[in-house]
Amino acid sequence: MNRNSRINWINRLLLPLLNVLTAFIATAFVFVFIDVDPIEATEILLYGAFGYQEGIGYTLYYATNFIFTGLAVAVAFHAGLFNIGGEGQAYIGGLGTSLVILMIDPNTSPLIFISGSILGSLIFGGLWALIPAYLQAYRGSHIVITTIMFNFLASSLMVYLLVNVLRQTGQMTPESQLFPQNSWLPFIHNIAENIGFTIEESPLNISIFVALFFSILVWIFIWHTRWGYAIRATGLNSTAALYAGIKPKRIIILSMCISGALAGLVGINELAGYQHRLIMDFHFGYGFGGIAVALMGRNHPIGIIIAAILFGILYQGGAELAFEMDNISRDIIVVMQALIILFCGALQYMYRPWLIRILAPIEKAS
Amino acid sequence: MQKHIYAIELKDIDKRFGPVNANNKVCLQVEKGSIHGIIGENGAGKSTLMSILYGFYLADSGEIKVFGKQYKFKDSHQAIKSGIGMVHQHFMLVDNFTVLENVILGSEGGALLHDGLTAARKELTRLGEEYGLKVDLDATIDSLSVGSQQRVEILKALYKGAKILILDEPTGVLTPQEAQDLFRIFIALKKEGVTIILITHKLHEILNVTDNVSVMRGGEMVAHRETSNTNREELAQLMVGRKVLFKVDKLKKDIGEVLLKVSNLSIRDKNNTYRLRDVSFDVHAGEIVGIAGVSGNGQSALLESLSGIIPVSEGYIEVLGHRMDSDNLIYPDKLREYGLSHVPEDRQRMGLISEFTASETSIIGYHNDKTINSRVILNNTKVKSNCGSLMADFDVRPNNPKLQSESFSGGNQQKLILAREFNRDPKILLIGQPTRGVDIGAIEFIHKRIIAMRDSGKAVLLVSVELEEIMSISDRIVVLCDGQVSGRIDSKDANERTLGLMMANAFNTSDNIEPLTT
Repeated sequence: MNRNSRINWINRLLLPLLNVLTAFIATAFVFVFIDVDPIEATEILLYGAFGYQEGIGYTLYYATNFIFTGLAVAVAFHAGLFNIGGEGQAYIGGLGTSLVILMIDPNTSPLIFISGSILGSLIFGGLWALIPAYLQAYRGSHIVITTIMFNFLASSLMVYLLVNVLRQTGQMTPESQLFPQNSWLPFIHNIAENIGFTIEESPLNISIFVALFFSILVWIFIWHTRWGYAIRATGLNSTAALYAGIKPKRIIILSMCISGALAGLVGINELAGYQHRLIMDFHFGYGFGGIAVALMGRNHPIGIIIAAILFGILYQGGAELAFEMDNISRDIIVVMQALIILFCGALQYMYRPWLIRILAPIEKAS
Repeated sequence: MQKHIYAIELKDIDKRFGPVNANNKVCLQVEKGSIHGIIGENGAGKSTLMSILYGFYLADSGEIKVFGKQYKFKDSHQAIKSGIGMVHQHFMLVDNFTVLENVILGSEGGALLHDGLTAARKELTRLGEEYGLKVDLDATIDSLSVGSQQRVEILKALYKGAKILILDEPTGVLTPQEAQDLFRIFIALKKEGVTIILITHKLHEILNVTDNVSVMRGGEMVAHRETSNTNREELAQLMVGRKVLFKVDKLKKDIGEVLLKVSNLSIRDKNNTYRLRDVSFDVHAGEIVGIAGVSGNGQSALLESLSGIIPVSEGYIEVLGHRMDSDNLIYPDKLREYGLSHVPEDRQRMGLISEFTASETSIIGYHNDKTINSRVILNNTKVKSNCGSLMADFDVRPNNPKLQSESFSGGNQQKLILAREFNRDPKILLIGQPTRGVDIGAIEFIHKRIIAMRDSGKAVLLVSVELEEIMSISDRIVVLCDGQVSGRIDSKDANERTLGLMMANAFNTSDNIEPLTT
């Protein structure tokens, strides 16, 4: 193996693995600090995530959300843009899902409902990202600032809509009416039952296939189309992109809209897939989690799927942990997430100089 | 023999960045209380040398003596302590701080600012009066003109006790009047015994204000002169140097119609300074027009405007009958469709994307091409095989399209870019510095290919800082200086002397700085 391919392996595989491992070791120290046996905690966590069918269902259900938001962050990142507005885009995407479902006649066939709700979340999420994209491209407002502000705008807008517009008369809770049954995305346990298997009930629904489908789509788009080529060229070397005749403003608009649309898909998994009505804060944490997922997954769909599953494990296993141990609350997930973001994001190159020095030293010129 | 105390003595300074030898056994002696000029083209190694002297970089080998005492600077604090001050090309000032606050930055003297500020105010007023460095101490930096900001930088260095002042391209951002003021300050400083090192690529500045001058080229110190014993012509020749090139055989060829027309073209940058002013010339089918000049005199702006990367400010360009002016910018992708290819001057920054594979780099600018795209999918297999044949045609080694672009040597990167642009069968070819950093064998190969393009009826515009290259392959030569055309000549009438004169002559007309008496 020559030096370049060794460095490639270090960057792609060894480094993320070591970073995750470090985060887990750090978590173990936290556990020891709060008087929890880290080995026992790990056992509970893994059992919660994988030990029984319902647990696996939950793990994959959470992972689905993280795949959507992870892909969203990755697409923008390839264009050199840091979209931290996944929260807002997911929230508004859910609004799109709900509006489409509530507007269609309840007796319409499920197929139209499904494609309609997917389209609704894509369009609403994409449009919500279009505004910051436009402001960045044509007015020079920094995308990081605008997208984070748009998270708050989304949040306020949704409160307003849920309380004043979508709430049913006579109801106290700020939520929409129940979606018609034809619009519900099939649960995996129901599908399994139809073909003769029985598995435990869980919120896992066919959105996970939508997520895998979009992962493939993103992979094709970024690496196998001329638009993806233009996006990557702009992100890696904007001067060369200008030289090539690529228009940076268009790239900003294009990549941000795609990014927002992908984040918007969280709406179908959460609302059309499980809650079956529009509720408040269904998106909470997935937008920001997507940043960590994309970072860990090196902005590649395969990496993102793996990282999303890891985050699904943390979510589901963490809940189990909080349930089983009385000196741990559900917030432990946030701590573990934070450590993963710290080591995989902020400190992602910490081991690189050492690894390169040991495994791929500069070859002496002969 | 007279024993001299030098303010600065550098001996055999060596510095490498990867394969690039930025400083190669550089020696320099600067007399105490003199103004010493260091001149050289962009990339000659001047800034690297000064960064070593100021402690930004550690030299690979060699020794540094300041006022006769040997030092090994590990950071700029040590350099400052030994009495060296530096004024950078880009100022290191906090925009919304006042002058006073900026000056004490790094030497606040205690937790509370008040005492430090009072002491500094007193000291700065004294310095200002002594050296004629008048600045309003309470003005914020962003309210000051560029010339005044520079004075703040000088004050800052003096306040920290600098006895030796290094100025990196100090007049690049100044108007002629401000430059004139700056040189007056130099004289005043010199009278007080301050040693000044002036780095520049402008000859007239050297001739007007310095006592001694050293010339750098390609990382080496090529000559030391007393300013009174040299002249423009000699310095220009020393700076540009000459490379032994193989003579290229060229058939006489009839030229065709005008394919590229440049008429009264001016380009202004964001600060409204002219990078190119009132330039006109034509390029016909079947000829090579060479643009000569010391680098940094408008060549980049010319290439970038011709290829649609930066907009035209005044005048117009006609590419195969398509007109570009201030109202009508044609983008690079459109120009490529019309039949214009562009080999950029800076291959690392513009010509390739280092993280891309060679095959991805081989379609930069052509990724929308129908032959490699189906309706949706970009045919990577075809791109790869095309790249393989490009590499074979131009002898790019190793012939492996999957390798990352940055892992090729400079010469091979350049050949890949040339292959990409030549292969499109363009009608007009813009070529910038085709052989910069390329070894002799490849140079000959590249020259032959350029001439072959001319012989097949292309209009070729060649921008190069290598005089020999310009003379041996162009048919006509246009000389640029300070953004203006300072000479036109047929290449058969050209020699280094005449070209050197044209390149230097224009230094005269660029602005009218009178020689200052020292």
